[in-house]
Amino acid sequence: MTALYRRYGPGLTGLILALTGFWIIFLVTLPQLDMVDYSFRPNLSMSERGGPNDVYTLQNYATLADNAIHRAIFLKTIWASALVTLTTLIVCYPIAYHLAQGTTRRQAALLMLLLLIPFWINEILRTFAWWILLAYAGPLNNMLVALGLIERPIRFLSGDGGVIVGMVYAYILFMVMPIYNAIESLDRNQIEAARDLGASPWRIHWRVVIPHAKPGIAVGCIMTFMLAAGSYAVPALLGSPGSRWFTQIIYSWFFEGGNWNQGSAYAFILLLLCIGFIFGVMRLARIGLADIAK
Amino acid sequence: MSQGVELRGVTMRFGDFAAVKGVELDIEGGEFFSFLGPSGCGKTTLLRLIAGFNDPTEGQVLIGGKDMRGIGPNGRPTAMIFQNLALFPLMKVWENIAFGLEVRGVSKAERRKRAEALLELIALPGQGDKQVSELSGGQKQRVAIARALAVEPQVLLLDEPLSALDLKLRQHMRQELREIQRRTGVTFIYITHDQGEALTMSDRVGVMSAGRLQQVADPQTIYEQPATPFVAGFVGENNRLLGRIGRVEGGAAVLDSAIGPLRGRLGGDLAVGAPAALFVRPERLGVQPASGTPGQGGHIPATIVSRAYEGAFLHLTAEAAGGTVLTVHLANSAGLPDLQPGAAVALIYRPEDAIILPAEAAA
Repeated sequence: MTALYRRYGPGLTGLILALTGFWIIFLVTLPQLDMVDYSFRPNLSMSERGGPNDVYTLQNYATLADNAIHRAIFLKTIWASALVTLTTLIVCYPIAYHLAQGTTRRQAALLMLLLLIPFWINEILRTFAWWILLAYAGPLNNMLVALGLIERPIRFLSGDGGVIVGMVYAYILFMVMPIYNAIESLDRNQIEAARDLGASPWRIHWRVVIPHAKPGIAVGCIMTFMLAAGSYAVPALLGSPGSRWFTQIIYSWFFEGGNWNQGSAYAFILLLLCIGFIFGVMRLARIGLADIAK
Repeated sequence: MSQGVELRGVTMRFGDFAAVKGVELDIEGGEFFSFLGPSGCGKTTLLRLIAGFNDPTEGQVLIGGKDMRGIGPNGRPTAMIFQNLALFPLMKVWENIAFGLEVRGVSKAERRKRAEALLELIALPGQGDKQVSELSGGQKQRVAIARALAVEPQVLLLDEPLSALDLKLRQHMRQELREIQRRTGVTFIYITHDQGEALTMSDRVGVMSAGRLQQVADPQTIYEQPATPFVAGFVGENNRLLGRIGRVEGGAAVLDSAIGPLRGRLGGDLAVGAPAALFVRPERLGVQPASGTPGQGGHIPATIVSRAYEGAFLHLTAEAAGGTVLTVHLANSAGLPDLQPGAAVALIYRPEDAIILPAEAAA
């Protein structure tokens, strides 16, 4: 703070603080508190608001406990997001390692560009591309049939498979970047020293690279999990009626059911889940908030 | 006795550039061998070829008489100590030391025991549970040695491991390294650009320049009988005087230089008239009044340019005829002559203290 003051003087420092404060208070904190307040009130008509029925209640939260379908979808969202996170990690770790340690600077820049280019296209369009690829009469099925690997097309889009594939693809960069940054800072001599002492590639990763990259892996997992759990577009496009996501339920409470109070309660539960996941991962990886901010 | 290393016509190319050219060398088991050379001379490349990080483009690396081509660093009986040590910062000290044993499937209790024994050897007993970051530079150094020795290598490869330490610690670690080498009997191959390190620690030194091995000999021979002008100029300080061979008399010769005829030992196969250089060390030069009569030895008339008093030594620079600048180190043993810049003197030396070598380019 004093550093900021010394650098920019009173006027600019005041402006920076005011803007940051406005953003945090009016655009983040107050709407969230408003939503929490909503979630504890019953859904009443305009005329009844402020009347005797407008009392704080846990009824909106009880809905989730009572509704078996919603509960199942909520739990499915948790494990499917965890599965997406794990799959993304497995796909991205080798990419990040190769980028950070296995290539020259020029090759790494080229590979990074190739990873980035698809992200210049809107997420909805990229997801649609997967919808086409995975369609019953789509190119993937056609190719597999033509190669004789399968006898008749597979319905990729009927279960959760399509959603998970779509999400892994959509969130690759959010996993690759933090892991890449972490592994990039690892001294190559440490890998060579481990090799020289007789370690196999697996053990080098397990004992040297992964421990060093842990904060990056944790950040990647947290981002991917939160994006997956909060995703709407991918399950809406690649999912089927049988593979609904919790965000879709929240959406329908707000925009189809017209019950903002119920929607708020569900949204708040999702938020708590994500915060719980963050702290769980931090404890598992034995890292602090400062490591994540790096 | 541990195994030796043989290099047979080893050449290493990176694209068009040859970092190591036709190196032919036998390093004996249990020897302390140093490669000495300026940075970029190919010595680190050579060490990595022995360690197995690369295979040579041409030639063979043999360890214990066995061809090592195709065997990676984890399959060779070598262990390397890196310039920056490359300790694992996220492991405790004892886990670092025991890493090689962990890889080999040694039980945890046994690993702990052997790590403790090695900590004893490097004079850090009971420090196994510390974090690497809690150690001082010299202690880290010793942990790196223990980690390499834990896998009981036949050959220990050291890549300028003392370069990060301050002067005093560096001198102390020289003795300690030598001591550890004697006690373990492991073959040490040491890379350095510091001639002091190479000369004080090694049984033999290989001087390298531009990818070639210039001379392999014990430290005294390297200093007293340099085989090439490069070795004469790189190892220790030397004065160089250029000319042509005037006369050859058995093991001695006379160089016709701008200063006049200069006598010295003949250090190569040189015919009369061949371009040559005479090398004489600053501490082998003496100073006489200019009026003195030239005797049988070397006699170079010169003018004192500057003097620097260093307690035990007096350093003089003097300019001889033809503009050649020479350095003289006089020991402060029996009093120093009163010499001020501008004084006309004669620099004298015994002919057997000077060596005449072919004057081709240093490479």
